[in-house]
Amino acid sequence: MSENLIKPENLVYQKTEALTDRVMHYCPGCGHGTAHRILAEVIQEMGIMDQTIGVAPVGCSVLAYYYFNVDMQEAAHGRAPAVATGIKRVFPEKFVFTYQGDGDLAAIGTAETIHAINRGENILIVFVNNGIYGMTGGQMAPTTLVGMKSSTSPFGRDTKTMGSPLKITELIAQLPGAYFVTRQAVHKPGNVRKAKKAIRKALEYQKLDKGTCFVEIVSNCPSNWKMTPVQSNKWMEENMFPYYPLGDIKVPEDN
Amino acid sequence: MKGNEALAEAAIRAGADAYFGYPITPQSEVIEYLMANKPEDRTGMVVLQAESEIAAINMVYGAAGCGKKAMTSSSSPGMSLKQEGISYIAGAELPCLLVNVVRGGPGLGTIQPSQSDYFQSVKGGGHGDYKLIVLAPATVQESVDYVKLGFELAFKYRNPVMIQSDGIIGQMMEKVELFEQMPRVEPNYEWATLGKKTDQPATFITSLQLQAEEQEKVNHRLQAKYREIEKNEVMFEKINCDDAEYLFTAFGSCARITRKAMEMARAKGIKVGLLRPQTLYPFPVDEFNKLADQVKGILCVEMNAGQMVEDVRLSVNGKTRVEHFGRYGGMIPNPDEILNALEQKIIGG
Repeated sequence: MSENLIKPENLVYQKTEALTDRVMHYCPGCGHGTAHRILAEVIQEMGIMDQTIGVAPVGCSVLAYYYFNVDMQEAAHGRAPAVATGIKRVFPEKFVFTYQGDGDLAAIGTAETIHAINRGENILIVFVNNGIYGMTGGQMAPTTLVGMKSSTSPFGRDTKTMGSPLKITELIAQLPGAYFVTRQAVHKPGNVRKAKKAIRKALEYQKLDKGTCFVEIVSNCPSNWKMTPVQSNKWMEENMFPYYPLGDIKVPEDN
Repeated sequence: MKGNEALAEAAIRAGADAYFGYPITPQSEVIEYLMANKPEDRTGMVVLQAESEIAAINMVYGAAGCGKKAMTSSSSPGMSLKQEGISYIAGAELPCLLVNVVRGGPGLGTIQPSQSDYFQSVKGGGHGDYKLIVLAPATVQESVDYVKLGFELAFKYRNPVMIQSDGIIGQMMEKVELFEQMPRVEPNYEWATLGKKTDQPATFITSLQLQAEEQEKVNHRLQAKYREIEKNEVMFEKINCDDAEYLFTAFGSCARITRKAMEMARAKGIKVGLLRPQTLYPFPVDEFNKLADQVKGILCVEMNAGQMVEDVRLSVNGKTRVEHFGRYGGMIPNPDEILNALEQKIIGG
């Protein structure tokens, strides 16, 4: 139908081949779909679909291997950077990425995250931070903001007993193995473009064997934040961005 | 050569692509030997000291998913940490080699040798219905040979294989004949993530099936594979069983001590034989069942509180008396007490 409506010369945007046709299970308004898409677009644009191996986490993006049209491995909860290490060490010429949420990367997988980056594993880590455990139904995450309510912090996160939201990205940026560390968002067209550019940079650096590149995407969770998509984006801008400010955190010195 | 070092050398020679490990007594010589012998230069084999046993087993998962010959080694407390990853590897049906140089437990236990991880290795120490192929070497030579065999079986069945050794085998020095260097093989498996081929759907490796119907199908496939393994891969050694009226059974290092007890018993005129399972899974069920018709009783000797003895009892299914003698917590039995146990528990019992 759309072929009849849109003439080829007017076509400005089409679905990337690096995503499959499978319908995504993500909730309406969730940032995962966009984050998947820009990563897939970069993979296709670089012509590396046949050389890329991705690692899916446990969390909302546990089924990412159904959506990315590249070879993928599904890791145990938090272990994606270790799995990616195993892949990259035996296939140094391939492009390897992990795609992880905040619970996966910054709670149960903190050791794997820090040590893979400390070894400077030449991989891309895409870290989607929405401040909550989405898949299991809205429990408190390491990145849940102070006072933010979740099903396991029903009266709000209390720093005295629950600790403070973990700025894992600033933490890992200290490590010599981290080559390029940036924090992006995908809720507005301008942000989508910037985030895509960051992912492109990261994979270009991987080609040059530069070390770990880390792209955080601050995102929303309308379902578990119990907001409409529009409200959740507004809430994200007003509450998440002040604590997790967007922008590059570590840029290569030799660039 | 020292058991752990010989095993490490065998890994290089077996054409292993990658070793990921974390130090723990009494098996740290494996990674020390590998680091010192630069397999990267010899064969291109990758050796990496991980930040934890958990990371190491997940690195194995990643490399094995690429169709590479990957392995890890540890000792009991470390092996407990690896169980999560082992379950995922079994569920995703990836081939790999695991080595457990067992020490006494529970908990931090002791660094002295033990066989108390039999249940963990044989019955599936992680979650879910899965099986490892478990090889139990009694000599340094067997530890070497089982590295080669272990990789063969792992790839034949796409299943993790464990060499369950112990602190005695790992630490002792024996003469050993090493096999010739085998080439590393470039993987070309359709199940492995090698990079998507044009015009073919992408490959993914997972142990997740959200639909129960699908997960049951996975389990059916696994169970069918295990039946196949049980049919084809049972290994055991029989000594003096032809005329035996009584039977000793033991595995690994403990079988060597028990053999001495058998010789002492024979010298006293007691007709006793020894059945030594070399594969703990698959277990030599039929052989035990056959011998149960012949002998008046079986003494299972283990360096644990009674683990393999349960499988012996299941195998003979009440046909003959089965008793256990064990020393544990890092203690090693001596032949005198084994012979005494035979006389007290089986002959006089």
